[in-house]
Amino acid sequence: MRAYFSRRYRLSASHRLNSDVFSEDENRAVYGKCNNPHGHGHNYVIEVTVGGPVSAETGMVCDMVELDACVRKEVVDRFDHTNLNLDPLFQDQVPTTENLCMEVYRLLAAAFDKAEVVRVRVEETSNNSFEYPVNPLFLAGR
Amino acid sequence: MILLTRKAEFSASHYYWNEAWSAEENERVFGKCANKNGHGHNYTLEVTVAGEVDVTSGFVVDLKQLKDVMEREVVGVYDHRHLNKEVPEFSGAIPTTENIAIAVWKRLDGKIPGAKLHRVRVYEMPDLFADYYGEP
Repeated sequence: MRAYFSRRYRLSASHRLNSDVFSEDENRAVYGKCNNPHGHGHNYVIEVTVGGPVSAETGMVCDMVELDACVRKEVVDRFDHTNLNLDPLFQDQVPTTENLCMEVYRLLAAAFDKAEVVRVRVEETSNNSFEYPVNPLFLAGR
Repeated sequence: MILLTRKAEFSASHYYWNEAWSAEENERVFGKCANKNGHGHNYTLEVTVAGEVDVTSGFVVDLKQLKDVMEREVVGVYDHRHLNKEVPEFSGAIPTTENIAIAVWKRLDGKIPGAKLHRVRVYEMPDLFADYYGEP
């Protein structure tokens, strides 16, 4: 039977939201406080969901230790206590949490082969979160 | 269609062990969870049901009835129990978070008046949870 297993990880990083296609005034208007030239930071929560058949032998979708190791290597070690704007992934795109969420999904989908990575949710603060990709199963109306 | 979720909590002990394996293999795969003396968690159960809002009551489901079904079928059976030793479905399946979610689904499916079970989510701790949507 197919089930989904989720784990939450934490990382702290700084960013500045600023787009080269906007003027200084437009950047300030669009991004507000997030456009502060000196940057600011968040304690991000990264929630990773993997799906697959539950093994009859282990009762598990995948070995949590292997998922932890992959997320640590690919995501936490890469972004924790860094300036996101300096990461190669954010040279051509603004490190909004939407873009961070999609990049984390791509990194993990490419690196983790023990189960299917089906969803990444990133909480930027306790009041806002983002998830990708959108899986119809997790929406209403099944 | 609207979704409604109700939470409940239960505390239980368990351990992970596959009888078909050697002790070394169990300890290698399951680590600390293979300690046969067991250990415990405060589980949080989230049951999500789907249905249409009744025009008269404004409810998708009667919350009292949902609470009673969850209490009778799950919490009353699992709370303050040793899952491996005292809950029948775990005599043949390791009580991992995934298997608990599947077992809760089987206990609740078809027993909720007026609504369809949509998701069972079981938190073993705040940073670890399993979801089951009734998929084969």
